[in-house]
Amino acid sequence: MYLKRREFIRLSGITMAGSVFIPPLLQSCNRIPVSNDAGAYLDHFEVSPEQLHKVINTAMEKGADYADLFFEHTVTNTAALQDNKVNSAYSDIQYGVGIRVLKGEQTGFAYSEDTSQEAMLQAARTAANIADSNSPQKELKIREFQPPSFYSIITPWEEVSIKEKVPYMTSLNEKIFSGDSRVNKVNISMNDSSSFILFYNSEGLMTWDYRPMTYLAARTIMEENGRIENTSVSRSYRKGFEFLTEDLIDGLAKEAINETSLLFKAGKPRAGEMEVVMGPGRSGILLHEAMGHSFEADFNRKKTSIFSDKMGQKIAADFITIVDDGTLPNDRGALNVDDEGIMSQRTVLVNNGLLTSYIHDRISAKYYDVNPTGNGRRQDFRNVPIPRMRSTYMENGPHEKEEIIASVKRGIYVDNFSNGQVNIGPGDFTFFVKFGYLIENGKLTTPIKDVNIIGNGPQALADITMVANDLQFSDGTWNCGKDGQSVPVSLGLPTVKIKKLTVGGLNA
Amino acid sequence: MDKNAKYKIADYVIKSALKNGASQVAVAINDNSSRRIEIREQKIDRLQESIGNSLSVDFYVDRKFSSHSTNLLKDKELEKFVKEAIEATKYLSEDEFRYLPEEELYYKGGAEDLRTIDPDIIKIDSKTKIDLARQVENEVFGTDERIVSVTSTYMDQVSHMILADSNGFRGESDNSYAGLVAEVSVKGDTGRPSDYWVEYDIFYDKLVKTGIGEKALERTLRKLNPKKIKSGKYNLIVDNMVAATLLSPFISALFGSSLYQKNSFLDGKINTKVASDKLSFIDDPLIISGLSSRHFDNEGLKAIKRTVVEKGFLRNYFINTYYGRKLDLPPTSGNISNIIFQNGTLDQNGLLKSVNKAILVTGFNGGNCNGATGDFSYGIEGFLVQNGEIIHPVSEMNITGNMNDFWNTLAAVGNDPYPYNSMQTPSLLFENTDVSGM
Repeated sequence: MYLKRREFIRLSGITMAGSVFIPPLLQSCNRIPVSNDAGAYLDHFEVSPEQLHKVINTAMEKGADYADLFFEHTVTNTAALQDNKVNSAYSDIQYGVGIRVLKGEQTGFAYSEDTSQEAMLQAARTAANIADSNSPQKELKIREFQPPSFYSIITPWEEVSIKEKVPYMTSLNEKIFSGDSRVNKVNISMNDSSSFILFYNSEGLMTWDYRPMTYLAARTIMEENGRIENTSVSRSYRKGFEFLTEDLIDGLAKEAINETSLLFKAGKPRAGEMEVVMGPGRSGILLHEAMGHSFEADFNRKKTSIFSDKMGQKIAADFITIVDDGTLPNDRGALNVDDEGIMSQRTVLVNNGLLTSYIHDRISAKYYDVNPTGNGRRQDFRNVPIPRMRSTYMENGPHEKEEIIASVKRGIYVDNFSNGQVNIGPGDFTFFVKFGYLIENGKLTTPIKDVNIIGNGPQALADITMVANDLQFSDGTWNCGKDGQSVPVSLGLPTVKIKKLTVGGLNA
Repeated sequence: MDKNAKYKIADYVIKSALKNGASQVAVAINDNSSRRIEIREQKIDRLQESIGNSLSVDFYVDRKFSSHSTNLLKDKELEKFVKEAIEATKYLSEDEFRYLPEEELYYKGGAEDLRTIDPDIIKIDSKTKIDLARQVENEVFGTDERIVSVTSTYMDQVSHMILADSNGFRGESDNSYAGLVAEVSVKGDTGRPSDYWVEYDIFYDKLVKTGIGEKALERTLRKLNPKKIKSGKYNLIVDNMVAATLLSPFISALFGSSLYQKNSFLDGKINTKVASDKLSFIDDPLIISGLSSRHFDNEGLKAIKRTVVEKGFLRNYFINTYYGRKLDLPPTSGNISNIIFQNGTLDQNGLLKSVNKAILVTGFNGGNCNGATGDFSYGIEGFLVQNGEIIHPVSEMNITGNMNDFWNTLAAVGNDPYPYNSMQTPSLLFENTDVSGM
């Protein structure tokens, strides 16, 4: 089935996966000297600098401008609790190398699940076909780049057995059940993954990364007088086993009970346009959908984005600054180095209301003649890198949250979402509200739930009339989808007011 | 990797697992190859080829269960993989319902070939595929000054799978497809709408190869300069290409896992009326050359054609053996295959002319459905229709309701099932849906 390309975000529900499996490190033998770190990654993938160079030369043999190799070995584990017991576990191992060749804006790509020289050369020849002339072989020059460390960890997941995770899962289950007599079922999933990445390109750049990721999620089902409500809560970070603490469990259990309880009191609002106040934290979904995707430079380079002729223009109020940041410590959206070997950074997209930067990969940065922003990301070695967000948030503004709510005569307040989406060309974006409140005469009144909100990106950005000074980040398990590729991201927002959005609801 | 090589690996894993303490084991091995060519502005924008293998294994260690997958398939790697997986499984709690399917439920082989693979797809040379993609772009490239981007894509895939377990089940399936897609963006006064058209077939020779760019452009141009209309209750005619979005939550509510987790608004509703009498559909896995046809499902269960909804009455759930045991319900299958509707008599145009005023919904934008309650809300785009005529495009609006009520407002079903989706939905007419706009 062909699926229309849509850009979306969603919070992971319960997905499943126990064991860990890392190939033994080989002893480095005689070869071109590299640092210990580089050597360890080369050994991990059982390759030598000479082999990589040979593969790159083959990839470039038909006259390409550029080629890169992206080696990945990812081990993912999930344990699942159902019916008060941790009674299923899942794991996945993915290993291979993606070979990409660029000629101008054109891309040739192939991957191999086998890192033997023969298999890599075959994939390189396939990818090389994007170009159609010939180019001289280059001398081997390695320029190592030791990336910074934005996600240092204490205990890597490879050293943790499922036995050590089980007590945290059962504790969370017990705390949710003991917190409210209406709790009927609880499903918990505990996921961790470790990725080993080695990167080498035709410029001689060699870099590497070790990427931990974990989440703990609970879905709580409550029943009251025959009515059933449920909520999923989760926390996700680039952390090791130290992620699991009693505080984490307590916080998740409280959130699960509070948020599910509120749903019993909630109904649907009246349909139509109204003022919308977005609470701090999870409301960052607004930036992700309404602006973030439209700022991705591939859409602008291809002129399909509604922001493609707006660079340098005033698109929001003076007090609005929007950032995409890969440097937040242990954040789900953090990257030490992107998937094209570019160092991560904090990129200001909108500065005091002016559009200052798109979100770039190597292709678009070259096209626009700017420096890449470290946003070239890929789901895995089977996919090509494209411009993607990391952690996207708005800086604090001049207003107070109370002042903002008090300024609304008739509208809604929302801060809990399950998913969102955008149509890049028209700029229409949506997010699905799990829970919120009506605002009537400056006060939060009746709870609301399960409504979609739709707006137009540039209009909504221009319609943000107030921004509070209470920026919060969401540490939920946000996954962003684009071109069939899913990558982990995070988001944040201070409380903001938008003059007008269309709220799903009922008609009298 | 040929079939025998796959069975050899499967047999090795089963033997090794049983030797290392597993009581039962099931192994699936898949290999696939795919090609993708994208053309943009008369040039190849992306040329992509993939060849991959994967192995997944379900381990039952007494009544403890875990499932593991890997793409590292060498013997030495597999031995370690199996040992470590079994060790990890021992730390789990027992689950009395975890064991392989009962003997009588399995597909036993020997049935008619479902013809789900075109072995010749891999013989088509690259130049032919590139030329095809170029031809799709050439249909519209430069033909209208409002066009800002045209991308055309040729794609194909061939995959082979085997499933084997320690009960002695062995089954294999082979699948292929070739497809052509055009995506067009145009510039209007208020935005840059885009749309697409796709053709798709199991067999390369049967693939429709012309008209794709033209249809994509036509679909895109008609969306220029949309207006938002007033909130209210409207009839909805939902285009066959997108109607599956509304059927998906209904289907999700029929899965054993949803029923067991109390995440189904259709729980306890078997043989009761859940929709208007216009709704009838079956799940038919045995259609010759159906896109989702199969002789057995992912557990090896024999594929059977079943009625799901009959004149609004719910007749069957989708239950795998595990949730069947937990819910004390007979297993059907835990996966859908081809969902086939009882068609109506009118095409989409006929449906448009059958109502005074309606919104023709041609796209959804986000939204979701609460599986437990059936409460839904989705963003929509499409066209305002009056007296059977399309008046203007509409966008930036939502529909909101509850699935239990909504399917009871189904007033007519089109005769135009969309062939390129497992859920082959025709165009659907719903009455009096809550729409929020201005």
